[in-house]
Amino acid sequence: MSRRATFATALRVLRQLRRDPRTLALLFLVPPLLITLFRYLFDAQPQTFDRVGPPMIGIFPFTTMFVVTSVAMLRERTTGTLERLMTLPLSKLDLLAGYALAFASVATVQAAITSGVAFGLLGLDVQGSVAVVIGLAVCNALLGMALGLFVSAFARTEFQAVQFLPAVVFPQLILCGLLVPRDQMVEALRWISTVLPLTWAYDGLSRAAAGTGGGAILRDVAIVLGAAALALALGATTLRRRTG
Amino acid sequence: MAAIRVDHLHVIRGGVDVLHDLSFEVVSGTVTGLLGPSGSGKSTLLRSLVGVQIVAGGTVTVLGEHAGAASLRRRVAYTTQAPSVYLDLTLRENLSYFARLLDAPRAAVEQAVEAVGLRELSDRPVRTFSGGQLSRASLAAALLGDPEVLVLDEPTVGLDPVLRRDLWATFREIAGKGKTLLVSSHVMDEADRCDRLLLLREGRLLADCTAAELRARTGCDRLDDAFLALVEQA
Repeated sequence: MSRRATFATALRVLRQLRRDPRTLALLFLVPPLLITLFRYLFDAQPQTFDRVGPPMIGIFPFTTMFVVTSVAMLRERTTGTLERLMTLPLSKLDLLAGYALAFASVATVQAAITSGVAFGLLGLDVQGSVAVVIGLAVCNALLGMALGLFVSAFARTEFQAVQFLPAVVFPQLILCGLLVPRDQMVEALRWISTVLPLTWAYDGLSRAAAGTGGGAILRDVAIVLGAAALALALGATTLRRRTG
Repeated sequence: MAAIRVDHLHVIRGGVDVLHDLSFEVVSGTVTGLLGPSGSGKSTLLRSLVGVQIVAGGTVTVLGEHAGAASLRRRVAYTTQAPSVYLDLTLRENLSYFARLLDAPRAAVEQAVEAVGLRELSDRPVRTFSGGQLSRASLAAALLGDPEVLVLDEPTVGLDPVLRRDLWATFREIAGKGKTLLVSSHVMDEADRCDRLLLLREGRLLADCTAAELRARTGCDRLDDAFLALVEQA
């Protein structure tokens, strides 16, 4: 593994994003707008906003990085740049680490902006630490990136890549505990939610909001990062130097 | 000395034999033309030489090593038929990225831009380039890092005659420094610019010779006619 190749790749990915100001604006403006929407939706129930606000901050990066990565990686596959990279002195790990570095930094900015708006302007209140919320948001971004990378291998067009959002992300959102607490789910759904990584991300975020369970948060982070590593390893197997 | 040695190469794609038992050598310091109609297996052959093609049988040796070996990734450059550059970046940003991966000096970027005649456009996003400019952008990336072997898939397709002449002059200059070039084309009149020719049709080698030998063997002056004569003989 080469640090030079990893940083060069991260820089290249960030440059590509900078060349696309509309995407950048959407990445950085939509989450604060949506969290504002939630604030006024729950105008009469500030305690509900305090409960769902922090998980929302942490879940945006998961969704956006999933879409951005699956489309970016699909483009690498279809335009022939991936084939060129495979003939250059760049290991698959350098490529993946470069992407991870670039998107983790974008996710940090995204979560910081959303948190700034939510905590500074909208009066969101957490018992735990804001830094933990942002840290979990970055972990979620890495998870979204890893899953996006993996599914990009199964898409032929950008239309297909985008359709993986409802297929892969929505079930995790529905079952993570945000809509219905997990202990009120029927047993089969609770079991499914247990094996979905976003459930643990939500668990960590809601603990951070409630200011409970430092050790449990560490366990949640470990599960989210473990799932991201697993998805990344599966994704790496789809980056083949030799193809038919 | 042979820079590339192909021995009984056999490739199957999608259940169909694309290359049948190919054997040939490419001599160091020469420009070799790989000619044949579209669909003859040229790209598959070039992909096999750079180690990105799954092969069913035979061996491919480049600079004494197994094709696709990690140690060859600095020594062998390759351009695909598709312009494999990042369309949203400028030419200079594309080249600096590839140069950094190859650990090539900064000056290499300027030299490559100059060699393909794209200085005026080098700070424009590659997306705005015409087809010919795109393939030159892709070629510029292959010139980085001073490779010993260049494998170029149809680099001159769609270029105007002046640019084609200039590019062939660049290839000649590179070969003059002892580098080896294998250049594919479906335009037979490019054969006269090559030291040697490999004629491919339906995955089989029709000829491995010079343009002069091809004319002598078939009695045809025009290389298009010579190709037809070979097909009929076969």
